[in-house]
Amino acid sequence: MPYTVNALGIRKSFGGKLVLDEVDLAVPTGSIFALLGPNGAGKTTLVRILATLVRPDAGTATVAGHDLLADPLGVRRSISLTGQYAAVDDMLTGAENLQMMARLLHLPPRTARARAAELLAEFDLEDAAQRRVKTYSGGMRRRLDLAVSMIADPRLLFLDEPTAGLDPRSREQLWGTVRDLANVGVTVLLTTQYLAEADQLADTIALLHHGRIVARGTADQLKASLGGEVVRLQFADAAAYRRALGCVQAIRADERLRAVEVGTDGSAASVRDLLGQLDTAGAPAARVSTGRPSLDDVFMALTATATTTTTTTTSSHAQEKVTTR
Amino acid sequence: MTTAYALSDTRVMIARCVRRSLRDPEAFFTALMLPVVLMLLFVYIFGGALNTGGAYVDYVVPGLIVLCAGFGAGTTAVAVATDMSSGIVDRFRSMPIHGSSILAGHIVASLARNLLATALVIGVGLGVGWRPVASPVGWLAAAGMIVAFILAMSWLAAAFGLLVGSAEAANAATFVLMFIPYLSTAFVPARTLPRVLRPVAANQPFTPVIETMRGLWMGHTSTGASVGHEALLAVGYCAIILVAAFAAASWLFRHRTAA
Repeated sequence: MPYTVNALGIRKSFGGKLVLDEVDLAVPTGSIFALLGPNGAGKTTLVRILATLVRPDAGTATVAGHDLLADPLGVRRSISLTGQYAAVDDMLTGAENLQMMARLLHLPPRTARARAAELLAEFDLEDAAQRRVKTYSGGMRRRLDLAVSMIADPRLLFLDEPTAGLDPRSREQLWGTVRDLANVGVTVLLTTQYLAEADQLADTIALLHHGRIVARGTADQLKASLGGEVVRLQFADAAAYRRALGCVQAIRADERLRAVEVGTDGSAASVRDLLGQLDTAGAPAARVSTGRPSLDDVFMALTATATTTTTTTTSSHAQEKVTTR
Repeated sequence: MTTAYALSDTRVMIARCVRRSLRDPEAFFTALMLPVVLMLLFVYIFGGALNTGGAYVDYVVPGLIVLCAGFGAGTTAVAVATDMSSGIVDRFRSMPIHGSSILAGHIVASLARNLLATALVIGVGLGVGWRPVASPVGWLAAAGMIVAFILAMSWLAAAFGLLVGSAEAANAATFVLMFIPYLSTAFVPARTLPRVLRPVAANQPFTPVIETMRGLWMGHTSTGASVGHEALLAVGYCAIILVAAFAAASWLFRHRTAA
């Protein structure tokens, strides 16, 4: 499979603090790849390294066929970066922003104007073309930002938290736009802390936590790593709840609600076994329900160290099944 | 990357910075009002009480030019810092463009803004009775001095803006640069200052710049030194500031990234 990004052993520290620890990343050409992780996981740093803005302390990478360290200019010619804050000029109009960026990409003046008009139409900004960006809504700014990113037909588009701060409708709209871009063959590497976003958009998801990739796969693979079904058990009293925690592999537990969630393969036999096991341990479940695991469950299971005592989780179970390479 | 591309990138960046200057009516209006108000203030309100050996307007014009250039440089520091704290510089940097063009855009816009303010000082000065005696060559030399000084201040401001990285902090540059002229021969001759301040005024870089202009326009300096002597010092100071600030700004630009 051809890869647009192939990074090996990327390591970076800032002021003695290790931000990225031997990260390997392979983004298949033409796919949407999501780097999912909580704040401070190192997502933005990784993107900035791959976009030639920050030099890694160690590691190598090929981006769009160019060596990151030996040929940063080649990389820059093939990529486009949309950062966390819409990188457009507030004081200029939408049309002026696009024309300026097109000129900076060395399109002749007339071509630059034509391309700007084309993109304004494509990204549904024609009505606002002559207005200063300062007056744009968050969603419009993001769309303009994406339009700017598309001027030079980049092979790889970096989107750093593309929908941060957008209302649900603008978010849906932006997702549609990103899908359209992927459909015409652009490889997209996006970072997000929204599980729904990764679930909705990405072909492949890599979970970044404390500078390491702790899991990767499709959304379905990640969910399947917790078993086919999540069984939610509720207990009548605190004593039974504690005994139950002692004998099952919990994905998630809530002391206040006396609830424990366990991943199973979804077969009737496994649920019967589980309930029998609890009976034997003197922790009979008062109520039982089952459901499909969400990406949230995977996220919670794998980033357990950051959670509080009320939500004790075990990540070993999940990690066993997810290929970490 | 060819020179043609570098020139084209720089042209685009200059257009951007000039446009931004024009679209901030508040700052633009202040920059244009300042020379007029200061000229009237110094000539009609303070001027009557100040004895500089002749009409006060004949004395004060170079000082006001330097003061306005200080204000203009502060604006540049803020503009550079604003750019650095927004995401747009990251985008510019991730594009295959000449990095130096971004700063060059700011510097050229700064030069344009400051030359406009200087022209206003000169225009209003002539209107209120300033009578320079310089020959055309003298005027040309004075113009050269002004351009060199503005360029040095602009690069210094750009470096400061890059260093502090926030518009609020960059604003401090305006204050400092507008204060320094008071400790020079801008508004009163050094000999009238308190004893402790005299060496400060006599030896700081703004003084020879001011005295060079004064000498070229009026035929004599306020320090008693020859125009040539002051000009040599002034050009030397400007060159040192220019080179140091240029190096610092270039280094900072490469090593600073937006938050």
